[in-house]
Amino acid sequence: MLFMIFAILTVAGAVAALSLRNLVHSVLALTLAFAGLAAVYLQLGAQFIGLAQILVYVGAVAILIVFAVLLTRDTRATSQSIISSSRIGSWPVVLAVFGILAWAIRHSARSQWAIPPQPETSIQQIGNAMMLRFALPLEIIGLLLTVALIGAVTIAMREQEETR
Amino acid sequence: MGETADQFFVILQHWLVGHAPASFRPLLSALFSVVAILVVFAFLFAITTVLERKGLGRIQNRYGPNRVGPFGVLQPIADGIKSLTKEDIVPQAADKAVHFLAPVVLVLAAFSLYAVLPIGRNMVLANLDSGVLYFFAVSSVMELTIFMAGWSSRNKYSLLGAMRAIAQMISYEVPLILASVTVIMAAGSVSTVAIVESQAGYSGILPHWFVFTPWGFTGFILFMIAATAESNRSPFDLPEGESEIIAGYYTEYSGFKFALFFLGEYLGMFAISGLGITLFLGGWAAPLSFLTWIPSYLWFFTKLLAMTVMFIWIRGTLPRLRMDQLMNFAWRFMLPMALLNLVTAGVWRFLPHGVVRWFVCGLLVVVPYVFLSRGLMQGWKLEKRVYRFAE
Repeated sequence: MLFMIFAILTVAGAVAALSLRNLVHSVLALTLAFAGLAAVYLQLGAQFIGLAQILVYVGAVAILIVFAVLLTRDTRATSQSIISSSRIGSWPVVLAVFGILAWAIRHSARSQWAIPPQPETSIQQIGNAMMLRFALPLEIIGLLLTVALIGAVTIAMREQEETR
Repeated sequence: MGETADQFFVILQHWLVGHAPASFRPLLSALFSVVAILVVFAFLFAITTVLERKGLGRIQNRYGPNRVGPFGVLQPIADGIKSLTKEDIVPQAADKAVHFLAPVVLVLAAFSLYAVLPIGRNMVLANLDSGVLYFFAVSSVMELTIFMAGWSSRNKYSLLGAMRAIAQMISYEVPLILASVTVIMAAGSVSTVAIVESQAGYSGILPHWFVFTPWGFTGFILFMIAATAESNRSPFDLPEGESEIIAGYYTEYSGFKFALFFLGEYLGMFAISGLGITLFLGGWAAPLSFLTWIPSYLWFFTKLLAMTVMFIWIRGTLPRLRMDQLMNFAWRFMLPMALLNLVTAGVWRFLPHGVVRWFVCGLLVVVPYVFLSRGLMQGWKLEKRVYRFAE
């Protein structure tokens, strides 16, 4: 029951994100889809991933909207249709892709596996793994992101000086 | 006797739920906790509005509300009726759906923050393994609602206020989380209940709260500054900035939606104070060992009220920051201080107990503080102000 609610929420959010014409509405619908996905994670017992999903995506989406507002001239609805003009041609392609993917998933070896018992992973284990076994990769990723951040700031500052 | 008083609400809940059939019990007990949280914190909001207006009045040499009820204590009821009966004006150009959703989602998110706060012994709605993470995840939703409010109003001032709010909240979220990470390191857990338990016990009559360590004290101060910024309270109330941008993101809200914003803001303030109490001030524990007979929830709310009074005091005392000062303070003082505080917490953990540990960690706090504040004050010309016309 709960899963159905979350699934409907996620799918509705995703569909709305694609079909709404207003940019900010789309992004907010996307947040709904992310939240629904996070709820599914939480229901499956993956607390860390579920909460990180909300923390990262909802926070990131807020910044995304800021940029959407800053960089686009008008976030109000565009007059042109969201469905492309070559509608007749696109349907067979869509159906074919869906059919092939569905067939492939149905017949792959992965789908025949029995469902493994739910692993008992606590947030403590994740923390231990990240701080002991995967400490070096974690730090390298952190360093990489810091370098990217500083690089972005440097580039932005130089441009500002040029425009003055 | 003390035990019964302490566990009174827990026993009451068990007794009430015990009458229901077994399959309804989990749902019913959750429902009771939710209703209790809704009632108690809405009531606390009402008290705080009076306290704030009276307190600010006192600081500013005026009476504050004194017409409704004795000493004006019934003012919140009058305020409530007023905001309910006012016309709800939605600007013609506004984005109706988002304009409506923003205050509703804000209050929803603000109330869901309380799910992980232990307000007493055995009194927590959801004892999540990752309680602190949950808190920060939900509070990031609140940032989004403020932006929704500012954007959907289709008003320059609203949008400016929302932009300021986003910039401020994202900048101060970093030191806020880093300050809490020290506690998580020390307690070895992200669960709020486990963090409170790790601060239990007394040496002599003094408790083992994290605030009584060099890193804990620094962390607490950083946490409270960042919390003030996160809840958009003065001196960090630039997003509202009534003297510059009218009322920021809620310029275009009226009637009960405005009241909802007010409620959401105060609920956010209580929740983040509650988290500060949980992380640094021992949660529901008594401050002195011979005061443990007083029920735990009373201690929590005493601490919460003390924090609220401090917020009001700061609001009445400090002038509003400028935008560049705000950003400089966040990135050039708060962030390095919070990062160094992580190191201090690590050093504290691995040094043997004794005077040496206090000395080393105290030095690790004081030296960066001095140098960082010197760095922040560089370029300031502090001199006696000369008035040209008002002499």
